[in-house]
Amino acid sequence: MRDVAIIGVGETQFGELWDRSFRDLGIEAGLKAIQDAKVTAEEIDAVYVGNMSAGKFIDQEHVSALVADYAGLADMHLPTVRVEGGGACGAIALLQGRMAIASGMYDVVVVGGAEKMTDVGEVQAAEILSSTADQEWESVFGATFAGLYAMMARRHMHDFGTKREHLAAVAVKNHKNGALNPVAQFQKEITAETVLQAPWVAEPLGLFDCAPLSDGAAALVLCSMDRARKFTDTPIRIAGSGQASDFLALHDRRDLTMMDASVVAGKRAFAEARLEPRDVQLAEVHDNFTITEILAIEDLRFVEKGKGGPATMDGVTALNGKISVNTSGGLKARGQPVGATGVAQAVEIVRQLRGEAGKRQVVGAKRGLTHTLGGTGATAIVHIFERGD
Amino acid sequence: MAIPRFWREIQSRYNLIGTKCGSCGSVDFPPRAVCPTCGRKSIGKMQRVKLKGTGQVVTYTVIHDAPVNFEMQKPYVVAIVETDEGVRLTSQIIDVEPDEVTIGMHVQATFRRLGQEGPAGVIHYGYKFRPEAPR
Repeated sequence: MRDVAIIGVGETQFGELWDRSFRDLGIEAGLKAIQDAKVTAEEIDAVYVGNMSAGKFIDQEHVSALVADYAGLADMHLPTVRVEGGGACGAIALLQGRMAIASGMYDVVVVGGAEKMTDVGEVQAAEILSSTADQEWESVFGATFAGLYAMMARRHMHDFGTKREHLAAVAVKNHKNGALNPVAQFQKEITAETVLQAPWVAEPLGLFDCAPLSDGAAALVLCSMDRARKFTDTPIRIAGSGQASDFLALHDRRDLTMMDASVVAGKRAFAEARLEPRDVQLAEVHDNFTITEILAIEDLRFVEKGKGGPATMDGVTALNGKISVNTSGGLKARGQPVGATGVAQAVEIVRQLRGEAGKRQVVGAKRGLTHTLGGTGATAIVHIFERGD
Repeated sequence: MAIPRFWREIQSRYNLIGTKCGSCGSVDFPPRAVCPTCGRKSIGKMQRVKLKGTGQVVTYTVIHDAPVNFEMQKPYVVAIVETDEGVRLTSQIIDVEPDEVTIGMHVQATFRRLGQEGPAGVIHYGYKFRPEAPR
């Protein structure tokens, strides 16, 4: 299997972008990544696009061909693939692109992720997000996506003494990081009081425990490691990847206070990379709700099980803490255009490892990790990246 | 959504019909064709079984931001219930104030209206759980 490197990254502004369409966003991110990598159209072998639900959000399917077309690649007749997997689709697209190069079939691949969520109303958008849960045995009884995560939070509180203040510390930290990220949806710090006093969404989660609805896109150019130096002096190597699935419905899972899929995906990625959690300096983890980040840092063994809340409050996961988590602001503050998530997480890790993260730069960043979820944890995927030099 | 989609699930939603694995004896709800524990050994041995409808609350939430079809009910309680047979399912908890629901609370199934397809569409029914009557 060949080594694969990321040689180019690009992303759009994240937010409620009323003046930008799905194709505007996908193309902007893709072209930025292609320019960053300095590849020509002739050198690109294939395009992979992560997208959760364009059919429901903008009534448009077949978005892989659409993005390649409007990126000016129609005449190249490239193979284009759209990847679906709930919130994990962008990270899965990255794995598919990596595998295509690792196998020797392709040399240069563009991986994109995009979602346009604000062309539908907020209630409808929330229902579309819920469609990654079990429609027949969860949603039909009135369980919302936030409600399912709220039930994990309630049980974590019951079993480990986690408090709402611990959850709030996640939101406060990620907004603080987002304030340093020029493409973040929310570039404003918040206080714990703001989180705790916000109206309920699904108890014990309030409005500020939830990531926003967002428009945005991100893209990567992947290349075989042996050719990567032709394009860049700082190739970022994909050192390990792990993907895992689990029961679709939350109620069928073995343990409501952890995600077995995250645990397995993390173990697979660390095993391939021959690394341990202590070997990475930063991580972008799935924080669609504040409880999700606490579960993720426990499941990935950055902190002891049950201690994710106090650890966050103590600054263990703060910028330049023991492990810097969600330096981009995460889904919470950078924003949550679902299909873009996994790819945007990788863009942040690449910028950090290149030393191009500006005010939010992690000192001495050599290795970073992304963790992305589909649904309530029926899919989890972890990638580990390191400097190629 | 088409009416057959709800009609197909009536057996389980009205009568709590699940399956029991003929190999290991574990119960699943809703019915499964393959036992998650036994795999291929269980194929063809999954027997239909009716749940008693009693259990305990494992975790719960109070929903304030509701989908359109549940707007009239909010705030409402949704819980994961572990039945006496050891299977878990998601259901509303009713006939109790939200702040009186607790983890470990004993509940029993009851037949209720779940929702309807828009203002003039078909009404669908199924189980909800309420506090268990004193034994």
